[in-house]
Amino acid sequence: MAARKSTRLQSIPEQGQIPWHVAAVVSWAGLRRRLLRALITMSGVILAIAFLTYMLGTESITAALVAVNDNALNVLLQKAGVDIFSAGQTDDMMVMLIGLSLLTCLVGITNSMLMSVAERVREIGTLKCLGARDSFIVQTYLIESSLQGIIGAVFGAVLGCVVALVVAFANYRGYALANLPVLALLRSILWGFLVGAGLSIVAAIAPAYMAARKQPVDALRVEE
Amino acid sequence: MSDALISARDVTKVYHMGAETVHALRGVTLDISRGEYVSIMGPSGSGKSTFFNMIGGLDTPSAGEVFVEGFKLADLNGRQLAWFRCHKIGFIFQSFNLITTLTALENVAIARIFSGVTPAQARTDAAAVLDRVGLGHRLHHLPSQVSGGQQQRIAIARALVNEPAIILADEPTGNLDLHTGEEIIGLLNGMKQDLGITVITATHDMKMISASDKVVWIRDGRIDRVAGKGEVKITVGSIDGDTVA
Repeated sequence: MAARKSTRLQSIPEQGQIPWHVAAVVSWAGLRRRLLRALITMSGVILAIAFLTYMLGTESITAALVAVNDNALNVLLQKAGVDIFSAGQTDDMMVMLIGLSLLTCLVGITNSMLMSVAERVREIGTLKCLGARDSFIVQTYLIESSLQGIIGAVFGAVLGCVVALVVAFANYRGYALANLPVLALLRSILWGFLVGAGLSIVAAIAPAYMAARKQPVDALRVEE
Repeated sequence: MSDALISARDVTKVYHMGAETVHALRGVTLDISRGEYVSIMGPSGSGKSTFFNMIGGLDTPSAGEVFVEGFKLADLNGRQLAWFRCHKIGFIFQSFNLITTLTALENVAIARIFSGVTPAQARTDAAAVLDRVGLGHRLHHLPSQVSGGQQQRIAIARALVNEPAIILADEPTGNLDLHTGEEIIGLLNGMKQDLGITVITATHDMKMISASDKVVWIRDGRIDRVAGKGEVKITVGSIDGDTVA
């Protein structure tokens, strides 16, 4: 609170960019204090990504076991419902189911972000009154969504992989352990993570831009 | 154009709501000097809020011009307006409008960060201003954990942290009890006197009006009358603006 600035400006400068981690702090604070909603959104991501990772993991495990071509193991594989002659081919039905679950997840995140925008119209307007640029508003929503997506995707990918392993051990006992395709499993975890993170960002794009387009005067007119 | 801090010239605002046309302002001309404490009065729907928003660069006139520090606000683009609001205007709201998920310190610091200082410096500055408004001991409380008066103090600290030229306060005492309202008015008056900040309030609060240098009545989108300090006759529980010429 020093002495008043007395310099006279020639023209009004443009408001500068704010470091993105400032938006991250705002997003994180919002998530922490609206934990229940964040957890519900995250559980959707966890389920969808767990399903995806489970399917990818199971596919790589069965492919590895089929490749062993052991008679006793082949019996186990057939008992588990694996068609050893067509193993390794993609199952259209499964692809469709995974696609549907991911789509449901995407819609779920978008819906939750839209709710978040609607209930924070006043907050957005206030931030703009304080000098926030549109890009700052966009950032806070993208970060909020991707934080939920990334956390959900990590848990979902690990969960899906663990379930795939448990099912494989139950069906194939020691064979599964002896022929575990570690690299392929890690790859399916990575895929699950990337898809979950990507999904959460795509889902937030429209709500984030809707939020940024709100005019401060409209935002302040909303009654609580 | 005069050398007034704020200069409104024949400002008109027309809204189209479906088939209906609403004349919010019908030619308002007003000058406000640096360091003045101005109260704008008027019933709801008088155009008071519209005029108020125009000074803050939140709304643009349909016709006429608004100048602040010699800059015509309608000429500024979105990013310039953001800069203008950040550096020149401190907004204070009736319902405080604090970010509920951020602490007192964070609420003030974020406004400071928008002005371009580093987050670490912003926290230091925010703590100093909060201390100044008497909340040095509430830095890490959430808005929901402090009283209404304290929330408005946080909002005042947030409005002051970038050393604005103008404080725009929309019914700042509207949600506060009598005593707390008086404290807030005292705080605003102190800012005017110590820092030379121009304070403009929209209010119905008698205490606020008696603290003003100038009272402007807006009615039906026009300036009804302007009274200087001492010209306003305050009677018990009401204000009589019509008996003074």
